[in-house]
Amino acid sequence: MDLTLKIWRQKDAKSAGKFVTYPLKNISPNCSFLEMLDILNEQLIQKTEEPVVFDHDCREGICGMCSLYINGRPHGPDDAVTACQLHMRKFSNGDTIVIEPWRARPFPVIKDLMVDRSAFDKIIQEGGYISVNTGGAAEANNILVGRENSELAMDAAACIGCGACVAACKNASAMLFVSAKVSQFALLPQGQVEAKQRVKKMVRMMDELGFGNCTNTYACEAECPKLISRSNIARMNREFMCAKVI
Amino acid sequence: MAELNSKVPKGPLTSKWSHYKDHQNLVNPSNKRKLDIIIVGTGLAGSAAAASLGEMGFNVKIFCYQDSPRRAHSIAAQGGINAAKNYPNDGDSIYRLFYDTIKGGDYRARESNVYRLAEVSNNIIDQCVAQGVPFAREYGGSLENRSFGGAQVSRTFFARGQTGQQLLLGSYGALSRQIKLGTVKLYDRHEMMDVVLVDGKARGIIARDLVTGKLERHFGHAVVIATGGYGNVFYLSTNAMGSNTSAIWQIFKKGAWFANPCFTQIHPTCIPVHGDYQSKLTLMSESLRNDGRIWVPKRKEDAEAHRQGKLKANDITEENRDYFLERRYPAFGNLVPRDVASRAAKERCDAGFGAGSTGLAVFLDFRESIGRLGKHVIEERYGNLFQMYEKIVDENPYENPMMIYPAVHYTMGGTWVDYELQTSVTGLFAAGEANFSDHGANRLGASALMQGLADGYFVLPYTIQNYLAGEIRVARMSTDKAEFAEAERGVQTRLEKLMAVKGTRSVDHFHKELGKIMWEYVGMARNEAGLKKAIELIRKLRAEFWKDVKIPGTMQELNTELEKANRVADFLELGELLAYDALNRNESCGGHFREEYQTDEGECKRNDEDYKYVAAWEYKAEGEFILHKEPLDYEEIEVKQRVYK
Ligand SMILES: Cc1cc2nc3c(=O)[nH]c(=O)nc-3n(C[C@H](O)[C@H](O)[C@H](O)COP(=O)(O)OP(=O)(O)OC[C@H]3O[C@@H](n4cnc5c(N)ncnc54)[C@H](O)[C@@H]3O)c2cc1C
Ligand code: SF4
Ligand code: FES
Repeated sequence: MDLTLKIWRQKDAKSAGKFVTYPLKNISPNCSFLEMLDILNEQLIQKTEEPVVFDHDCREGICGMCSLYINGRPHGPDDAVTACQLHMRKFSNGDTIVIEPWRARPFPVIKDLMVDRSAFDKIIQEGGYISVNTGGAAEANNILVGRENSELAMDAAACIGCGACVAACKNASAMLFVSAKVSQFALLPQGQVEAKQRVKKMVRMMDELGFGNCTNTYACEAECPKLISRSNIARMNREFMCAKVI
Repeated sequence: MAELNSKVPKGPLTSKWSHYKDHQNLVNPSNKRKLDIIIVGTGLAGSAAAASLGEMGFNVKIFCYQDSPRRAHSIAAQGGINAAKNYPNDGDSIYRLFYDTIKGGDYRARESNVYRLAEVSNNIIDQCVAQGVPFAREYGGSLENRSFGGAQVSRTFFARGQTGQQLLLGSYGALSRQIKLGTVKLYDRHEMMDVVLVDGKARGIIARDLVTGKLERHFGHAVVIATGGYGNVFYLSTNAMGSNTSAIWQIFKKGAWFANPCFTQIHPTCIPVHGDYQSKLTLMSESLRNDGRIWVPKRKEDAEAHRQGKLKANDITEENRDYFLERRYPAFGNLVPRDVASRAAKERCDAGFGAGSTGLAVFLDFRESIGRLGKHVIEERYGNLFQMYEKIVDENPYENPMMIYPAVHYTMGGTWVDYELQTSVTGLFAAGEANFSDHGANRLGASALMQGLADGYFVLPYTIQNYLAGEIRVARMSTDKAEFAEAERGVQTRLEKLMAVKGTRSVDHFHKELGKIMWEYVGMARNEAGLKKAIELIRKLRAEFWKDVKIPGTMQELNTELEKANRVADFLELGELLAYDALNRNESCGGHFREEYQTDEGECKRNDEDYKYVAAWEYKAEGEFILHKEPLDYEEIEVKQRVYK
């Protein structure tokens, strides 16, 4: 198929960016979206132009590194996939495809389509773990976890930290990401001891880093490639209220 | 040159590790604060080591090339992690896990290391559960297990099809906690370019800040390399796009020997190649072989018709299907080890029974298990894998059998290390997939995660301490030292040289060409003539690369093409060593199959008389390597032919 690409090009964090249009011909529908960009880049290199920079690594939807805003949607038009798992069969011959980086103040652009998401690491550093030192663990089966809760915890833990939820939100809120981690531990007995501290610290850091508030639009849930549920946000709000009250 | 001394402690196998720990040297808390450790890599091995050493009070600096430690490729592991807990009460034990690993590795691994791995496997599960890793559970709340290839017991713990992700998020959490506490400092989007030696000991690294392009000098009293495997030397593999050999190749050039490079693993169940634009191959977890049955058409005409799109798999009747693994290996059936399953699939396709448009595919069929267990059970067990398959192939695997083919997946070879995971360079350690230590000639499924975490949580924290106990009088060194300046200059010169080529062809072009040579001549089946040809072709390609590679942009900025070029330059050297090693090893064992050495039934024919050793290569000059042999003495296990029939 033949396509027209409108891609955000920005030299570095300090420079202003702009859209540049590239025609691209003869793309197989079985090609993945990132492979389509590889083909474009190969052509740019042949012309001694700088290839389009974008983050990617695993190319199988699990590392959370790819982060493209495609035709107005984080990770593009397919549901429940990351950009690296998106295939060109979701587009049609003659389409114009607009490709932008995540746009959110806490995720500044580094170059072209690559953004800095270290804010997410900072939130996790505040308490996205259980404080147990290596070697200090008890026999695993001494901790029993009901299957239902363990499945719900796994649902929440499936978050890949991609940031699509933030990019989708008009307020650039990180509630879905933060609540997924808070929920995972809130649902497990191991997480109880630090529960109150955890939610307070993580929420405080989220606010400090400039992520916006949640106004219950749930674009995050709609765009999350891992189908993280908005019910996690409700759970986090509950945890947060309890932590403040007591 | 250093002696090849594996430093295996004396005494009976079962008490070597406890004896080591009882007698190792310790560092007191006030001295720990004065000792710096550099860890390169944030996968399971690197992050677990950094977290543990940080907790102990050492000063740690950790590096990764991605934007966050959580993106290391360990995240992609699907199937599970082994441990000898024997929860299902099916006869498992530390000894049996040890035995299966040695046998699975076709008797080419070091007994003492493997025994220790099996010993600490249970601690890993305890540790991960304490961290809140959401492993699959039975209805009663206890942990659930499943079976994996090469074992007759169920010892694999899992978190849906995302075990690696959950384990890594556990160690990433532990690491994040130490970063917050200030014991560990994180350098993301940084690539290690070289190691710095002072008076023969590893004392730091040169790293490149990938965002600014600046070279940096970092000091450490000890350096740990945990940079993963080198499967991308084949271009197409199940590894991540950035997975590379550069760190272990640079230390190789500085004296850290490279062991068994030809022991590479081809995984039997991956989604087949579909086009020349393809950038990577996707794994379908081995766990699928628990419930899926592998077959090809029994009649060539059916295979032919399927290739032409005239016949659907479901229309091939039961009596016209050849369940070739069940036929050839009745005792293990679809759960034979990976090397065996891969070769059997290749054999059928080469004989003209392959399916799919390229003829390079076999079926993985769930019809029987869906009938027996119901679709919902299969969905619960493998839902995300089925979804992934459907997204890529555009076909519903609940209704049509999956099509799969072997692909490069894992590298058993790697930096040679002794019992303490120290390389042949003093003060330089290697952990995880980057080292060669535990899997011999073939790794069993669910054992790499186990090894990565064993190295990181339970081995390095002891052995590095033992080393550092002798370094407490060494003060932090200034990175203005001549050795640092010289190493930096070396890196600078190399990058300048790359930028100066200004040729006509992209880095990817060369990487793809290398991949073709490797797959054709150094892939699933190797022979003398092919390996010699590969060496010649690689040399030629390498020469062309340095004359004709084209890298836009400059080196003082974020430049992804330069990053790739630097890695491919190293792959172009490693490919040659890999072929050399395969040529040297005149036997077939595990993942290394030499066509000249097979039984009448087409199975591996090992040569224990001449090759029961670890091949540790020393770098002499480009394309020149010296072989050192570490003999493998089996005290506990009787060396036998591997039989899965
Ligand atoms: C698709 C897939 C599925 C798998 N499934 C399983 C499974 O079910 N069970 C199992 O046991 N094993 C499995 N494996 C194998 C297992 O996942 C790996 O062997 C293991 O996770 C490797 O961990 P590691 O810590 O050694 O390296 P990695 O996790 O690969 O981490 C490497 C780290 O090194 C860093 N790095 C690399 N080079 C440099 C450099 N030059 N400078 C700076 N940093 C660098 C990277 O940034 C990264 O942080 C699977 C592998 C794949 C590819
Ligand atoms: S919640 Fe979903 S969209 Fe947000 S970071 Fe996690 S996986 Fe990405
Ligand atoms: S590249 Fe890893 S999730 Fe897309």
